[in-house]
Amino acid sequence: MRFSQAWLIARHDIGIFRHRSGVMGPLIGLPLFVGIGFPVLVDYIVRSNGTAGLGTYLPGLIDAFSFWFVIGAATLPTAIAAYAIVGEKVEKSLEPLLSTPTTDGEILLGKTLAAFVPTVLAIWAGSALFQGLIDAATRGALGYLLYPNGEMVVILFALVPLVSLYAIELCVLVSSRVTDARSAQQYASITFVPLIFLYVAGEIGFTLDTTHLLYIAAGFVVLVLALFQVSRRTFHREEILTQWK
Amino acid sequence: MIHAEGLTKRFGSLTAVDQITLDVGDGEVFGFLGPNGAGKTTTVRMLAALISRTSGRAEVAGYELGSEADELKIRERIGVLPDNVGLYDSTSAYQNLEYFGRLHRMDPTALRTNIERLLGMMDLWEKKDLPVSTFSKGMKQKVAIARALVHDPVLLFLDEPTANLDPEAAKMVREVILELKKENRTIFLNTHNLDEAQRICDRVGILRTRLLAVGPVETLRSGFARKRTAVRLERTSEALVAAVKQRLRTDGVEVSGDRLLVDVDDPARENPEIAEAVVAAGGRILELSQVSPSLEEVYLKLVHEETALP
Repeated sequence: MRFSQAWLIARHDIGIFRHRSGVMGPLIGLPLFVGIGFPVLVDYIVRSNGTAGLGTYLPGLIDAFSFWFVIGAATLPTAIAAYAIVGEKVEKSLEPLLSTPTTDGEILLGKTLAAFVPTVLAIWAGSALFQGLIDAATRGALGYLLYPNGEMVVILFALVPLVSLYAIELCVLVSSRVTDARSAQQYASITFVPLIFLYVAGEIGFTLDTTHLLYIAAGFVVLVLALFQVSRRTFHREEILTQWK
Repeated sequence: MIHAEGLTKRFGSLTAVDQITLDVGDGEVFGFLGPNGAGKTTTVRMLAALISRTSGRAEVAGYELGSEADELKIRERIGVLPDNVGLYDSTSAYQNLEYFGRLHRMDPTALRTNIERLLGMMDLWEKKDLPVSTFSKGMKQKVAIARALVHDPVLLFLDEPTANLDPEAAKMVREVILELKKENRTIFLNTHNLDEAQRICDRVGILRTRLLAVGPVETLRSGFARKRTAVRLERTSEALVAAVKQRLRTDGVEVSGDRLLVDVDDPARENPEIAEAVVAAGGRILELSQVSPSLEEVYLKLVHEETALP
């Protein structure tokens, strides 16, 4: 496996979707919305309620907001991966790509990186804003800095990359069965389902502390490895040329 | 450059390509003819190391099909123009070629030189920075051919390069192929355009799942279709045709305009007899010539005979 070949493909794909508003809109919009919108809401709550009792419910509320970065990791890469794989299939540019001296694994890695790298970077940038603004808004009321903390480290450096990979791999699987990028995106939105359960669990009182988040991350490691095996088999030169719709 | 023996591809119970054995030499332009669904694209995909073979063997550009390492080497040394151009429409012609040159791990200086030479050859250098989406079909096809050539392959596979093009664009693309032929490149040309094959190819193979015939166009024309002598007359009549038939003791005589077309086996021996028979029947001969069967006749004969087989 030559990483340079994969990175060349990733850079090319990133260069193409940079000009697509359907991809760039959510990629910039969602992290900005979570990174600025939620801290503005928290700031409003702090200003309107004063400091009384904030220490008991504010950290929990903010943790629920931070889980939106995980949801972003599940949704954002599907738009890119759908273009990078189904878009190329539809535009018939996959066959010339397959005709180059590049292995299936290198192409798959390139497509994965094209969706993974911008997603993770956008989420990290959004979370930096989020953490800075939340600290600025709550430091006076809480008397301490809420971020960085262990939960956020696990979310950003374990859950976000893993959930992003999980979403991309599902998109690869879906790509072989659909004929347009929009359908691929819609089918791949099932990635969202387990995360909704986690979000609801958090909202109804199940504490998503560092330990629980690490268990969830471990579950995603297993899921990602299993899906990787299946997507490697699906993203096979001969399958693509003869079996894909 | 290509040596295939018993190359076969099956998809489940369907045999797409059956026992193909052929050789294509260095610098040769080989035409692969066949109706839709005959297995032309499947054969190219096997030879280009894009799909596996079910049985048989093949050596392409010095490497044997089969192992991933050798198949990578094959794809390094060949260029492929698929039946769909598959360009990145939002990027320029230059960027399209640059991307593929880099995927072939070309030295940047050599890549720039090649892109300039190829886009110049295709008359597209002035438009190199325009998005491909603004190009006509013919121009896109030329960019796709340039893309297949950007890494200087020793062997070029062209799959239906003029299909779906208007006559002007098709002519433009054919001229490019003839230029490549002058450069002594080995070209494997999939086509169902017989005129194109006749004009461009050194040898052709006719495929309908199985390889029905292979050879130079002239050899196929003389070997697979009936030979005929054309006698242009001042005037033809039914009585004259009947008299000629009777005298030559054959039914293989028909009228086409002011010409009698007579089936022959050995023109050198039979043509004087034909002339005598026509004159004896009262005809005045203006011209006597040999009619070469067209490649189309050979193709239709072979393909229809194959269809008629159980």
